[in-house]
Amino acid sequence: MSIIQKTATEQLALLRSGEITSVELTQAYLSRINQIEPAVGAFLRVESETALTQAAEVDRRREIGETLGKLAGVPVAIKDILCTKDTPTTCGSKMLQNFVPPYNATVVEKLRSADAVILGRTNMDEFAMGSSTENSAYHPTQNPWDTSRIPGGSSGGAAACISADMAPLSLGTDTGGSIRQPAALCGCVGLKPTYGRVSRYGLIAFASSLDQIGPLARTVEDTALLMEVLAGHDSLDSTSVDTPVPAYSKSVHQPLESLTLGVVNQHFGEGIDPEIEAAVKQAIATYTSLGATIKNIEMPHADYGIATYYIIAPCEASSNLARYDGAHHGYRADHAEVLAELAEDGSDEGPLVRMYRKTRSEGFGAEVQRRIMLGTYALSEGYYDAFYLKALKVRRLIRQDYDNAFGEVDLIIGPVTANPAFAKGEKTSDPMAMYLEDLYTVTANLAGVAGISLPCGFTESGLPIGLQLQAAPFQEEKLLRAAQMFQNATDFHTRRPELS
Amino acid sequence: MSLTRQDVEKVALLARLKFDEAELEKITKHMVQIVQYVDKLSELNTEDVEPMAHALDIQNALAEDESRPSLSRKEVLKNAPKHDEEYFLVPAVLGE
Repeated sequence: MSIIQKTATEQLALLRSGEITSVELTQAYLSRINQIEPAVGAFLRVESETALTQAAEVDRRREIGETLGKLAGVPVAIKDILCTKDTPTTCGSKMLQNFVPPYNATVVEKLRSADAVILGRTNMDEFAMGSSTENSAYHPTQNPWDTSRIPGGSSGGAAACISADMAPLSLGTDTGGSIRQPAALCGCVGLKPTYGRVSRYGLIAFASSLDQIGPLARTVEDTALLMEVLAGHDSLDSTSVDTPVPAYSKSVHQPLESLTLGVVNQHFGEGIDPEIEAAVKQAIATYTSLGATIKNIEMPHADYGIATYYIIAPCEASSNLARYDGAHHGYRADHAEVLAELAEDGSDEGPLVRMYRKTRSEGFGAEVQRRIMLGTYALSEGYYDAFYLKALKVRRLIRQDYDNAFGEVDLIIGPVTANPAFAKGEKTSDPMAMYLEDLYTVTANLAGVAGISLPCGFTESGLPIGLQLQAAPFQEEKLLRAAQMFQNATDFHTRRPELS
Repeated sequence: MSLTRQDVEKVALLARLKFDEAELEKITKHMVQIVQYVDKLSELNTEDVEPMAHALDIQNALAEDESRPSLSRKEVLKNAPKHDEEYFLVPAVLGE
């Protein structure tokens, strides 16, 4: 087995014992990227030079016996939405093509102090809005299991680079399913932490009450390892919660006794692919054989999740993205063109307002503009109560469904997506069909609970299927331990796509 | 709830976006479709439900009132598409 097929946990042991160096490991990934990346397109930028410099520094410090961090010498890929000082951070948008943040996101600081090697920036739907990574302003990402299909999104690059062995660990963000859905479609593990568990400082905002940063990896154990580094209170994020961080990477191996899993009947209603339904039901049976008790639970408002989400998320986005005004940072429309346009249509709106409008219409892609429009509409005079306020109330009902469920069960078990990875272009002209991709994932964001996606099977045509487990706020430890139990009993996580 | 092309044009101005005729037609169609879908929420009676703006119980997270170093002016201005030594530059707001 080549070094890049080992897990991050195994690589760390080899680094510690001196059997490999970080430079060797980093070089092995860079050469894999060189070979495979043209077919996958998971990265927006590969930072070979700085990665090798960081790796050499870790090796040097190890050599002289310094105490090193938890990820010392292991490469990590970062979704291009996390600000990194003096390094371009584009958010998959033309708007931020030339943006070079003057500070680091807290999670980037945490990776650096854990002595991780930052390999590069992964592709994503523009401003994290999308479920296929087709909304990237730069290039699409292909699903490593079938390159005619999408990898999911918005963290499509983050999931694809793991599944194609181009990185052992990666960081994604999840606002409505953007870590869990691509993890499911690419056959890797992805965790969306509880809202407030990981600092959002330096995460370019999409919908601030829903966004969370989380880890992706090939195994649950590696996910736990990265989560341990990311979690924790940060005074720079006022929504970050000050509660102790468990040693996830250690406790992950302790199976849970007397585990009760809740199954939501609506999850298996009309619309779910029969192969997905069968794989998820088989996974439930696996848990039963491991001693878990299965209970049917009601989530009466689950069916309202998408409608609630597609009011709240666009409202927050329209407000957050108002900052892209062509004046402070980012793209700006050409001044002569602004004046020519004004002269041509005889408008009296003035050069400043027209500069804003032209800048934003040229700098943002169609999906981002659509969501800004929806949010602006829903927040505008006369519609606020009917849309935004109504959605906030239904959000409360969804949270109450979760609170009631977690009074009865430890975790909720179900599918991540209704269908396996779809063909490129299949849903790009139908926004509503794309939005329904998030059916099983958005409610966790609305309620602020934790969720994980892990491999639980394959379709007959060889596409990965994901299993979702959801836990009450700050119960990531339980989630990871339960996921590890499943991984111990199955081998879906060991299969790899054929790529060359 | 009906949403006309005129409504969409008005929202586009509020959102500081601009669409040509073809785009306007397309986005109106999509917005009508999405608004019809989200109107599903009106099925629910939410009269006595407290709105939930976010998932945490935190009310106010206040920081100590102490001065700390901030970014230099140079660093703040460096990402601006147009600036001089001290200011962000924008097109004239008032008439010539």
